[in-house]
Amino acid sequence: MIDWTHHLIIAPILIPLVAAAVLLFIDERQRVAKAFVSLAAVLLLGAAALILFGIESGPNAFEGAYLLGNWASPFGIVLVVDGLSAMMVLLTAILALACLVYSLARWHAVGAHFHTMFQLLLMGANGAFLTGDLFNLFVFFEVMLAASYGLLLHGSGALRVKAGMHYIAINLAAALLFLIGVSLIYGTAGTLNMADLAARIPSLEPRRLMLMEAGAGVLGIAFLIKAGMWPLCFWLPTAYSAASAPVAGIFAILSKLGIYVILRLTMLLFGEGPASGFGSTVLLYGGIATLVFGTIGVLASQALGRLAGFSVLVSSGTLLMVLGVNDGAVSAGALLYLVSSTLTISAFFLLIELVERGQDAGANVLAVTMEAYGDGEDDEIEDGDGVAMPGTMAILGTCFAACGILLSGLPPLSGFIAKFAMLSAMLGTGSIGVPPTAAVWALSVLVIVSGVAALIAMTRVGIRTFWTSIEGTVPRVLVIEIVPVLFLLFITLGLTLQAGPAMQYMDTTIRTLSNPKAYIETVRGATIVPGPDHAQLGEGKGG
Amino acid sequence: MEIILSIAIGVMTTCGVWLLLRPRTYQVIIGLSLLSYAVNLFIFGVGGVKTNVPPILDEVGSAAHLADPVPQALVLTAIVIGFATTALFLVVLLASRGLTGTDHVDGRSDRK
Repeated sequence: MIDWTHHLIIAPILIPLVAAAVLLFIDERQRVAKAFVSLAAVLLLGAAALILFGIESGPNAFEGAYLLGNWASPFGIVLVVDGLSAMMVLLTAILALACLVYSLARWHAVGAHFHTMFQLLLMGANGAFLTGDLFNLFVFFEVMLAASYGLLLHGSGALRVKAGMHYIAINLAAALLFLIGVSLIYGTAGTLNMADLAARIPSLEPRRLMLMEAGAGVLGIAFLIKAGMWPLCFWLPTAYSAASAPVAGIFAILSKLGIYVILRLTMLLFGEGPASGFGSTVLLYGGIATLVFGTIGVLASQALGRLAGFSVLVSSGTLLMVLGVNDGAVSAGALLYLVSSTLTISAFFLLIELVERGQDAGANVLAVTMEAYGDGEDDEIEDGDGVAMPGTMAILGTCFAACGILLSGLPPLSGFIAKFAMLSAMLGTGSIGVPPTAAVWALSVLVIVSGVAALIAMTRVGIRTFWTSIEGTVPRVLVIEIVPVLFLLFITLGLTLQAGPAMQYMDTTIRTLSNPKAYIETVRGATIVPGPDHAQLGEGKGG
Repeated sequence: MEIILSIAIGVMTTCGVWLLLRPRTYQVIIGLSLLSYAVNLFIFGVGGVKTNVPPILDEVGSAAHLADPVPQALVLTAIVIGFATTALFLVVLLASRGLTGTDHVDGRSDRK
């Protein structure tokens, strides 16, 4: 399998890195050139992700390990691609394309180096999805975070700086926890290679195993902060609603990155063996608390931005709770929910800015929220150039309704299918086959109630915005701003129509994940490529 | 040796956490710096505290006479990344100071 598709594994990291470097050399005034390079890189990234995903969803799916620098497996750093990481990389590329196109209307010109930071964010996220090494995960995570600090501050203003300061402080503290966890794991298990670590856990003596679990727990907290588990989530709605629209749109993938790492590590390290089931109780109860908190937040939000921020928490809470249940069929539904909710929330963040554009910043927001939002905030940006949208309100309203349907999980869109898959698996057709217990009923009710709350909140905001708008001004919306929103929503429509194959893919992914042996074998069995040096040496000896 | 090292880590962590929870941005950044020093020492200590041993195994040496090079490499990376993010945080802190006119973390004015 040493052909060009093998080298494709590293493409999602290299393409944004090269693009970011090239972008630094282009002067800030040459916006068109910058936009062109950035867009080309994202399109290329999308193509690479699509091919990887195509291979993974095809009949001969493989778990490919890519040895960086051609070092043998436990010593060097490996990149690993499997069904889950290919899916996440593709999801990142889709969001990136939508948010980048959206930003070209006006946001990319608001501050310096938007495109460079955007590309570095993509590089960090893709690297974190693909890496098979814990410390490398830290490095990619930091690259992504450093870029996200800059992006959150993009556009400046008192509110963004304040939210950005909280965001940076909490993420720096999380990074320190990450380091403590990683070093504890290294100190006890003697390796940072994820596959090697999984293979070594069964042979750890109990004393060391306990310390290893403590390390994993500390590591997990760092990612739970990112995913926004209650009570580590209070920064999230403020930060996400303060960010400019395209930035908030791409941030939707960051909280899912936390979920991804938790899913990957629990399945790989604590799926079976002596440490099996470690942390699932915390995930279950933490998820429930997050879901309840997010639901209350959704109902209590006065501003659209905060509503979207709390929707992120609802989505995280549902996913964490389901990971805590730790049942194959339920998790497959959860993966579909992850994809669907990420697309929805990203589209929603993009849409919010368009809807609110026509209104006075605080016209229909209570004084309480005004205070939270900070006064004297004005990001007056000149109208972008381009074609204005005809029939603006009709299209905005339709998109808004679609977002509401997706968030609350009503038929016919993919939000419903994902929730249905999770609930039906929970309520009886699960792998255990026992009748649902009271606890399972409680979880199902929670998921449904959170959907109803989203529906109530969205309806209320929708009526206020579209039907009883006092000013009656129609926002000037450009075509390239609404197209990304439609693009994301059409993908959820595609997920609905192709729900069968999608569910099958998620099912296969979960089944591969719950069998860590294949992963371990792939990484351990990866052989180094005999380079030209070896060949020359051989020839020299022969001659 | 181990005792001194662990006391140092403990004291720095304590001070760091306390400062991190203070309301002034300057205190927060000093707290974060202290915490990162503590964490760096911790990573360093994970490899075992040894003196006067090389991190590279030569032909006659044994594993007992080897300082684990991986924590050293980790700590180097952690220092670099921590340094960069602290510098970035300082810039944001100054921007916040400029925009709000106070160094309170929430941008509130001082109570007089």
